[in-house]
Amino acid sequence: MDGVTATGVRADARIVARADGRGGTALPVLDSDGPLALRRTRADGARAKVMLVGAMSGPLGGDRFSLTASVAEGARLHIGSAAATLALPGQTKDEARYDVRLDVADGAELHWLPEQLISARGSDLKVTTRAELAAGARLVLREEQVLGRAGEEPGRLTSRLTVRVAGRTVLDQELASGPGAPGGWDGPAVLAGHRAVGQLVVVRPEFAEHPVEARPLGECAALIPLAGPAVLVSAVAPDALRLRRLLDEAIAPFNGT
Amino acid sequence: MHLDHTHSGPAAVSADAHRPDGTRRALRIGLGGPVGSGKTATVAALCRALRDELSLAVVTNDIYTREDAEFLLREAVLPPERITAVETGACPHTAIRDDISANLEAVEDLEEAVGPLDLILVESGGDNLTATFSKGLVDAQIFVIDVAGGDDIPRKGGPGVTTADLLVVNKTDLAPYVGSDLARMAADAKAQRAELPVVFQSLRADGGVAEVARWVRERLAAWTA
Amino acid sequence: MARAALLVLADGRFPAGGHAHSGGAEAAVKAGRITSAASLEDFCRGRLHTAGLVAGALAAAAVLGVDPAELDAAADARTPSPALRAAARRLGRQLLRAARAGWPSPELDALAREFPKGAHQPVVLGLAARAAGLGPDDAAYCAAYESVSGPATATVRLLSLDPFDATGALARLAPELDRVADRAVEAARRAAAEGTDALPAASGPLLEVGAQWHAAWPVRLFAS
Repeated sequence: MDGVTATGVRADARIVARADGRGGTALPVLDSDGPLALRRTRADGARAKVMLVGAMSGPLGGDRFSLTASVAEGARLHIGSAAATLALPGQTKDEARYDVRLDVADGAELHWLPEQLISARGSDLKVTTRAELAAGARLVLREEQVLGRAGEEPGRLTSRLTVRVAGRTVLDQELASGPGAPGGWDGPAVLAGHRAVGQLVVVRPEFAEHPVEARPLGECAALIPLAGPAVLVSAVAPDALRLRRLLDEAIAPFNGT
Repeated sequence: MHLDHTHSGPAAVSADAHRPDGTRRALRIGLGGPVGSGKTATVAALCRALRDELSLAVVTNDIYTREDAEFLLREAVLPPERITAVETGACPHTAIRDDISANLEAVEDLEEAVGPLDLILVESGGDNLTATFSKGLVDAQIFVIDVAGGDDIPRKGGPGVTTADLLVVNKTDLAPYVGSDLARMAADAKAQRAELPVVFQSLRADGGVAEVARWVRERLAAWTA
Repeated sequence: MARAALLVLADGRFPAGGHAHSGGAEAAVKAGRITSAASLEDFCRGRLHTAGLVAGALAAAAVLGVDPAELDAAADARTPSPALRAAARRLGRQLLRAARAGWPSPELDALAREFPKGAHQPVVLGLAARAAGLGPDDAAYCAAYESVSGPATATVRLLSLDPFDATGALARLAPELDRVADRAVEAARRAAAEGTDALPAASGPLLEVGAQWHAAWPVRLFAS
């Protein structure tokens, strides 16, 4: 952590996972930084597990957070979080930023499954999540946004998710919501009053040869094969609980590997 | 239009008489007419009559997606890969006359997928008496009306009745029951159409579609001559 | 080259297949999310700032000479729904036919050879504008306007909505359309300098999810 600046907190956390040569995964780098505290938890077979624990409440106006995870060839890493991340208004009017960068090498696997991001009233956060995968990499990535705490107006949230496989972008989506977002964000083309929105991405090399078939999951969610070896579950729901249920059901056929 | 011109690239920009490789493309015949006049039944009968002597395919233009195509599939008049449905966005006449791009894609895709073809029948979604096919889409068109729709339709005229290359008056077997005067319809049609041919048919009778099939063969002979 | 070519290209009667597509309005009507002129306007506003912005930037970037294949890949990444990707390619192919008739050009011929099954419609639109001698702003306007005019026309048919109300909604969106076209051109210039990652990726989750739902219906009026 570079410390608390005049405009906010800057924190950069880093994780590097590497095959330990004995069938497991080592974590030669596990750098927490201020509010981005990382804890290694009990491994799940060959898969190392890291929890992101909120040492402070997370991004306030003006804060700059970044998290970088790099999974080297043959390593398997699971990253979760202990609780939801809450975007809050800060001392300054500046937007907060949270940039997540995930790199997965050939034969490596990453599960990036944090809890929800909640956009509290008056907050202003810009999130970018960028996953860069080698051709033979595997990924399960979930992101969920909840617009406002219970009964609360949401803050402003802009979230961009980019997934690249072998140098080719297979998914690039940005969602802007809350006061000051471009018009129509809560209207019938975008969220239609839903307060929880999520995406779940699964990338596997074998999808290139055995593409998954598209499946609508009602009018508010769908399982979608992307233009590349990846599938996306996209969903909107009235609340976080129902969103998670939708995503869990959709992902069930891909669990266990 | 550009009858002797071939394009270097794929996807000709007009109703070119040739395919990209320079060979002559299939004859395209459009079938239009009001809802319920028997267009799909006529297409089905034509397929049965001609499928053993010709390589043919069908494009349907439905108001609701795929209904007519699915009728033809259920009736098994042609293998499924020879039947394509074009979706028309609630405006079937637009798709056959004002903006024929989707239909042109469909006929070209059929020729590419199952070709070479001798004949493609393009069936319009049921529409009104003014709906006609663009010359950019079809080489000849058949307008199908029926006796139950009123025996004054030929007298009323309209582009379909007046200018179609063939006018088919369908369901003649129903004439006594609906009080339609076939002689009057024939006289009115003659007055509207001068020398253009008219066929009265009942698909319930023996050889129901034979006259229309003969007309199609004549057109095809002229096309390939 | 004549600026008035923009009127030809943007004309709702330009024979490029748009009449058979509702731009997501049919799904939104069935889900009960578009029920009136007001909710149509809100739908169009959301589509304008998401799909419309992206389409405008893709079209403007094509006018600026960014590689169509890269733009097409960028469009794929920004259009997760396979139903929408298929519709965009079908419409692109239909537009290319009309554009080649209107403004024959070696670039359009090359695009037809490279994408026999069609490139994403906004990419074709940009190259058509370029062939017609139009600028990136013209192409962005055309794409952004199409993103709202299609759903408005479709909703008039689907709900028997008063066409004057639908036209009023489109007219009220005009100032926002100006801003979206400006943003689209700005992003396209960045993409021309830095690569296609600089293109906007604004998305409407319900447009994508609704398109998949719609594609699975056995009976519908519109192709998308």
